[in-house]
Amino acid sequence: MDESILNIFAAGIIRYFTTTTDQPAVMGTPFLGQDDEKVALDFSAVIGISGTYRGNIYYTAPRAKLHALLPLLGENEPNDHLCGELVGEITNIFSGSAREELGGGFMISTPFLLSGSNESVRPAKGAPCFILPIEWNSYSSRVLITLVKSDSTKKP
Amino acid sequence: MKLLIVDDSLIMRRAIERTLNSERFAEIRLANNGSLAVEEFKTFRPDVVTMDITMPDMDGLTAVDLILKIDSKAIILVVSALADKPTAVEAVKRGASGFLLKPITVASLQAAIDDILAD
Repeated sequence: MDESILNIFAAGIIRYFTTTTDQPAVMGTPFLGQDDEKVALDFSAVIGISGTYRGNIYYTAPRAKLHALLPLLGENEPNDHLCGELVGEITNIFSGSAREELGGGFMISTPFLLSGSNESVRPAKGAPCFILPIEWNSYSSRVLITLVKSDSTKKP
Repeated sequence: MKLLIVDDSLIMRRAIERTLNSERFAEIRLANNGSLAVEEFKTFRPDVVTMDITMPDMDGLTAVDLILKIDSKAIILVVSALADKPTAVEAVKRGASGFLLKPITVASLQAAIDDILAD
C-alpha cells in the first residue's frame, strides 16, 4: 500500500471532526500493526473495500469518547446503540471522503458494526495494516487501514 | 410540506430529522434503504426526499431512478459520503435536484434544502 494513502484518510478524519464538532482531531504517528495485536476499543465498525483497492477500514473508539461526541451531534442521551451507530457513520464518512482522491473505483461497503473488544478487530494477516491514532478532545481512537491495490491483469 | 429521509445510518436519519423538523416540514417519515424508500414514496408522496447512496438492499441512485419513474417531478436531495465528483454528477444526471456531501451541518443541510426548493 502506498503510504501516502494514509494522508488521504487523515485528512478525511480531521475534516469530519472539524466540521461536526468545531474541535479538530489530531493524528498521531501511524504505525504498522502486528499480527494478532488486539486493538479494539469499546465500539468498532468495519467497511470492506473493493474495486481499485481491496481490503478494509476499521474505526474503533472508546465509549467515553462517543459519549462526549454524541451530544455535539444533537444526541443528548447517549447509549450503546447510538455509540455503535456513530462509529459506523464515522467510518462510512471518512472512507467515502477518500474517493475525492482515490476516485469512484474505490468502492466502499456499508459499515458492519462490532461492539466490545471483538477479537476480529485486529490487523489483517498477509497485508500490512497501518494504525492511525486519533486524538480528539483528549480522547484516543484508532483507524486501521489494510489496502492492497487490485491487480487489473487478474481475471475474476 | 412532507419530507422522506432515507439513510441506513440511524445517526444521520435522526440528525436530518432534528434539523428539518420545523414548520416547513410538518410530516416526516424515515426509511433505511432504497427499496423501503420507494415503497414509502408511493403512499406518502413527500414534497422532498433526502437520499443516501450507499445502503443495503437497494442503493440510493437506483432508488432515485425508481422514484422519478413514479413522479418525474420528485424533489430529491442526495446526501452522501461519496466525495468523488463523478458520483455527484451521476446523481444529478439521474434526476436528483441536488447533492450534499457528508459530514453535514445544520447550516449546510438547510442551505441545500433552500436551494432545491428555490429551483
